[in-house]
Amino acid sequence: MRPSTHRSPRAQAAAAPAVANAKLVVASAEFLLSMVETRWSARNGDNSTMESGLRAQQELERIEQQIAKLEAVTPDEGTRHQIEELHARVHALREQVSAHLGAWEKTELARHPQRPHTLDYVERIFTDWSEIHGDRGFGDDPAMVCGMARFHGEQVVVLGTQKERDMKQKVYRNFGLPNPEGYRKALRVMKIAEKFSRPIFTFVDVTGANPGVGAEERGQAEAIARNLREMARLRVPIITAITGEGGSGGALAIAVADRVLMMENAIYSVISPEGCASIMWRDAAKKELAAQALRITASDLSELGCIDDIVPEPEGGAHVDHEAAAALLDAALSKHFAELRKLPSGELVASRYNKFRHMAQFLRVEP
Amino acid sequence: MKAILADRFQLQNYPITQLLNFMAWFKRQAGELDTSGEKKVRTEGLWVKCDDCRQIIWKKDLEENLNVCPKCDKHFRIDARARLAQLLDDNLYEVFDSNLVSTDPLKFVDLKAYSSRLKRAQADTGLKDAVINARGKLNGRPVIVSAMEYAFIGGSMGAVVGEAITRAIEQATDTKAPIIIVSASGGARMMEGVISLMQLAKISAALARLDEAKIPYISVLTDPTTGGVTASFAMLGDLNIAEPGALIGFAGPRVIEQTIRQKLPQGFQRSEFLLEHGMLDAVVPRKQLKPYIARALEFMAA
Repeated sequence: MRPSTHRSPRAQAAAAPAVANAKLVVASAEFLLSMVETRWSARNGDNSTMESGLRAQQELERIEQQIAKLEAVTPDEGTRHQIEELHARVHALREQVSAHLGAWEKTELARHPQRPHTLDYVERIFTDWSEIHGDRGFGDDPAMVCGMARFHGEQVVVLGTQKERDMKQKVYRNFGLPNPEGYRKALRVMKIAEKFSRPIFTFVDVTGANPGVGAEERGQAEAIARNLREMARLRVPIITAITGEGGSGGALAIAVADRVLMMENAIYSVISPEGCASIMWRDAAKKELAAQALRITASDLSELGCIDDIVPEPEGGAHVDHEAAAALLDAALSKHFAELRKLPSGELVASRYNKFRHMAQFLRVEP
Repeated sequence: MKAILADRFQLQNYPITQLLNFMAWFKRQAGELDTSGEKKVRTEGLWVKCDDCRQIIWKKDLEENLNVCPKCDKHFRIDARARLAQLLDDNLYEVFDSNLVSTDPLKFVDLKAYSSRLKRAQADTGLKDAVINARGKLNGRPVIVSAMEYAFIGGSMGAVVGEAITRAIEQATDTKAPIIIVSASGGARMMEGVISLMQLAKISAALARLDEAKIPYISVLTDPTTGGVTASFAMLGDLNIAEPGALIGFAGPRVIEQTIRQKLPQGFQRSEFLLEHGMLDAVVPRKQLKPYIARALEFMAA
């Protein structure tokens, strides 16, 4: 229903029951919300938090939809006031919930099908995008997109893994799992960037290793390894954004960067929680425990010193509002890019080397 | 039964000791046939069965043959110390950076605490973590060798292995000595999570500097070399050579099988398969390993 500017007499006649109806809906929304609130505040222990967080979020979303519908029918002053109050309560609770989201819930958010993917960000953050295909050896890998673009007017190279939403496209992109030729294409394009002194932006959203026969035959390990070594010495600025899943070597293969940013609800891990659970617990159903134990959320990574910055997401997650998510990411990229471009290339390579050289030094020397 | 027997043989007339002897006709006394004590001590560990050809091999023969089955040429897994002994002249070498210890950064606990797994592995292997760095000579030429220890939590790579190998590479860069890294690893160490993942980047960055300094690096892949180790330093040698029959890959064969729901062909992800697909420079039998490396270093070193 849309609010109409011109109200016919008939619509006015219908307004009276509409107002009564609106009051009813507000009451029910209020009731639902108080249920969610009590359930949320009554939760105890880590396990129930992990279960209830996402559910609370989903319920809040539903309540908000209801309220949004109500607003559209322009109810009377009293109801409007009530609606505003409701909004505030939903907002407050949502903030609370997202602050307490467990690692597994973040994993589900990071994999949310409506989450913006690399090309969604490219479209919103960059201009003059023109794609570059192929590894000049075996083929073109649609799971890895690479190209030239402009970032606020500046010539840059953009590349990243690409997931999709509908089944046909998903199959075309191999569910965002690159083959060796994808990593090789990425490296080829990065070398072009280096040759012409253009900065590199990479976007990571990949589940993990490609469990395919072809990927092994064509040496995905070698392709990833080569990327790691070569990225460490590229003489142009590299900025990486982990936008969804940062899955082990496949993610790192395009993430040896001067700045590694991570979206608030993204994850970055050496193995998927399911994989870890089935190996360490011998039970894939223990994925929640594994997710917690592996410490894969953005705040974990930041504490462990493995990323440089966390990019906030719109309330409820990036999937709720693609425009807002892209704007927030754009702001973070701009900030770090401005810092990096001041550095001469020699210093850039040295500081990148030092960053990774001293990263993750969790050891002690025994006499 | 007892009552009938007692009646017939008038057992109550026998003294109790005789009665027990008599009962032994019917009942086997516990431990009567247990011959484990003496005999087991004599044979234990003297013979080994080859997993591939089922041949029973006298262990001493196997060891003299560098732990390669004399019948079918299966290369048995050997530990890091045996590896160093085989590669370095006169089994003489100086170990360095052997005192690095993991701090269990994630305080990881699965069915068992990682800290207790670490202690257990340290007690079992006598090492602090899954790698030994050594300085020694190979056919008279000073070299640095990092040998991974598979018996230490599957040779997995966490912060300590990452740091030790990086230091070995740095030492090679500084002293201009060629470096040989012998991989035997299941990959990144899950119990150190993303810390382990970052070791891939760290080691690879160090290898970039080694490469720029034009110092020879020979990567020797042994059974098994998988996951993050393959996807970093194991595949970045000037030469990547492997022992015959070694499992080498990134994704594990079981994971691939479960995903594609097909049985994998015989020999998939084995050294010979990788050689055929252009991923290895050579497959070298253990006996020829040292001469092969010596030959390569002769070619590469100034």
